[in-house]
Amino acid sequence: MNNVFYILMRRLRMPLITLIVVYSVSVLGFVLIPGMDDQGQVYRMDFFHAFYFVSFMGSTIGFGEIPYAFTSGQRMWAMLTIYSTVIAWLYGIGSMLSIFQDPAFSRLLRRRRFAAQVAALNQPFYLVCGYGVTGGIVVRKLAQRDIRCVVVDIEEAQIDALQMDNLPMPMPCLAADASLPDVLDDAGLQHEKCIGILALTNRDNVNLAIAIASKLLMPKRMVICRTESDVTTANLDSFGTDLVVDPFQTYAEYLALSVQAPYTHLVYDWLLNPSHRPLSSAYQRTRGRWIICGYGRFGRALCSRLIHDEVELIVVDDDPPEHNGLSEQIHGIGTEACTLRAAGVEDAVGIVAGTGNDADNLSIMMTARELNPRLLTVVRQNVHANRLVFQNSRSDFIMEPGRIIANRIMAQIKTPLLPVFLTLMLERYDDVWAHTLLNRMSSVVGNQELDSWAYTLDEEQTPALMLALAEGKPLKLSLFLKDPRDRQQSLKAFPLLLRRGETLMPLPGELTLLEQGDEILFCGLSRAAGRMDWTVSNYNVLHYVLTGSDDSNNLLARWLHRRENRG
Amino acid sequence: MNKEKVIFAFFIVLAMTLNFGFFLGEIDNADHHNVYEFYAALVVSMICTVLKFGDRTHLGALMLATSLVADLQLVVVAIIWGYAEQISTTGMDAHMMASVVSLAGGALLANVISVILLVVETVLVRR
Repeated sequence: MNNVFYILMRRLRMPLITLIVVYSVSVLGFVLIPGMDDQGQVYRMDFFHAFYFVSFMGSTIGFGEIPYAFTSGQRMWAMLTIYSTVIAWLYGIGSMLSIFQDPAFSRLLRRRRFAAQVAALNQPFYLVCGYGVTGGIVVRKLAQRDIRCVVVDIEEAQIDALQMDNLPMPMPCLAADASLPDVLDDAGLQHEKCIGILALTNRDNVNLAIAIASKLLMPKRMVICRTESDVTTANLDSFGTDLVVDPFQTYAEYLALSVQAPYTHLVYDWLLNPSHRPLSSAYQRTRGRWIICGYGRFGRALCSRLIHDEVELIVVDDDPPEHNGLSEQIHGIGTEACTLRAAGVEDAVGIVAGTGNDADNLSIMMTARELNPRLLTVVRQNVHANRLVFQNSRSDFIMEPGRIIANRIMAQIKTPLLPVFLTLMLERYDDVWAHTLLNRMSSVVGNQELDSWAYTLDEEQTPALMLALAEGKPLKLSLFLKDPRDRQQSLKAFPLLLRRGETLMPLPGELTLLEQGDEILFCGLSRAAGRMDWTVSNYNVLHYVLTGSDDSNNLLARWLHRRENRG
Repeated sequence: MNKEKVIFAFFIVLAMTLNFGFFLGEIDNADHHNVYEFYAALVVSMICTVLKFGDRTHLGALMLATSLVADLQLVVVAIIWGYAEQISTTGMDAHMMASVVSLAGGALLANVISVILLVVETVLVRR
């Protein structure tokens, strides 16, 4: 347990022994060498005075020769001991400093400090493994919501980046291999305040190891995992990982939705992505011929999603058709005009540049757009550093795996009700319903980020509402939407879903009566969420919102009020 | 033969023998107790303590503890001795000497335990 202490002790053995020996020999020397007192008699220093003298001489303070002036013999000995004690001290201090500068030792110290910081956390936190693009976005978003994270990354450089990122609160972080269970344990895997583990490293094996370790040690704890292959996905699902995000599958699903139901797709997009696509993008035509360049993981996922719909798929790939198992395929990368012409780019509706090379992808998109300016373009961005180029590429869709995973995970973390709502929408409603909903969203938030949040009617989240319910007051859903500063104004938000036990009520009416245990999902501006918090947790504010009177609600006021009523 | 073991055992046994030599004699007779012998016992005991640093085994921890006890007792002896000689008005009298020697006896006991532990360790390791 006390590794650091033991290493320090062991390394300091030699310097300490040297110091003791030098001191003892010096003291002994002063005791043995005869001196002379002020009367000229022979005087022998005793151990007390000898130790006193050596103590101040060794530390180079030098109070002078005591108790009597030294003889030449004593001076010679003093000269010798001055040098030897100073050297002994330098040796001791030098070895101490070199221990503190030793990288192994400082790693040990950092590990201990990290473990202590994590152990001292008394707020709920997420354990994030991997601080790459995805991890960075998730940690920043969580920090904005005042949720702490503990970050583990194998790269020292990423941990430095975290410390430079100016997050609103300090996050304990460690550079270590997260696939090792003892690292995870130090990072708070078994900490009672840990809400969930996010395995976001870019290696599937590591993510798998993290998920298995946490499911074995803490079966109840939420585990969210990213993966890039179907085999790992199946493996992760087999032992109950709570959410497995495959960026290629997720994005293929998302793109396929835009072809099948453009408005539903936009609702999905607005709820999941912080910067959403404009309403007008839904008018683009999406049915017809699609060209898919690159038949790798992304291409395959996309083909399997789109193959059911009224779209014609043309695959352009470098590998021979037998290898891909496709009957029709254009051979080539897709960066040359002739390959694209052969694929029929002139009358296609969309092109997907989905190879593993960013430069190729951009080139495909540019060439294709030159040949057919009305083309819908989807381009895959592999390297985060190319962001600037991609943002200015005027492509309709940019597929960046890190960002996709982050958005999907944030949806899960924000509120588990949001995925419930999305599944419900996809299963039960058509595009017309989605169009109406989209118009409503647009009128509420305009071009700003559409946030979503949820309340459960219980003591913890809505104490004021519970108090009012206990008094028997009927509470309507509309109270959430009144601005607690001025109840005539309504907040820029509206309810999406109400869950009461097993029943789901999408878009509940404002006059719905609330019951204890209801879960309500709202969407709107995040500013409105802050105001709403006020209403549900402060009884006086709730009282104002309900009745319009903003009396203070202390004992005296209540007593006076009662008297007034009586009189 | 292991050089490190020889040095280790040498110092531990030396600490005990020196301490024993100092303790021998009438308890309140200052002539029977040599100050140089005491000084050597103190220094050797301190070196022993440092030698025992950094051993993570249970036995190692016990050895370190006994050594620290011996150090503590001997340092207290040194302080009492210094007080008696330099500060006290009566000088080194029989009463002071008795307490010096009895404290050193305590340190001797700790040193004996230390040696016993050393023997136990050697027997356990049979190599």
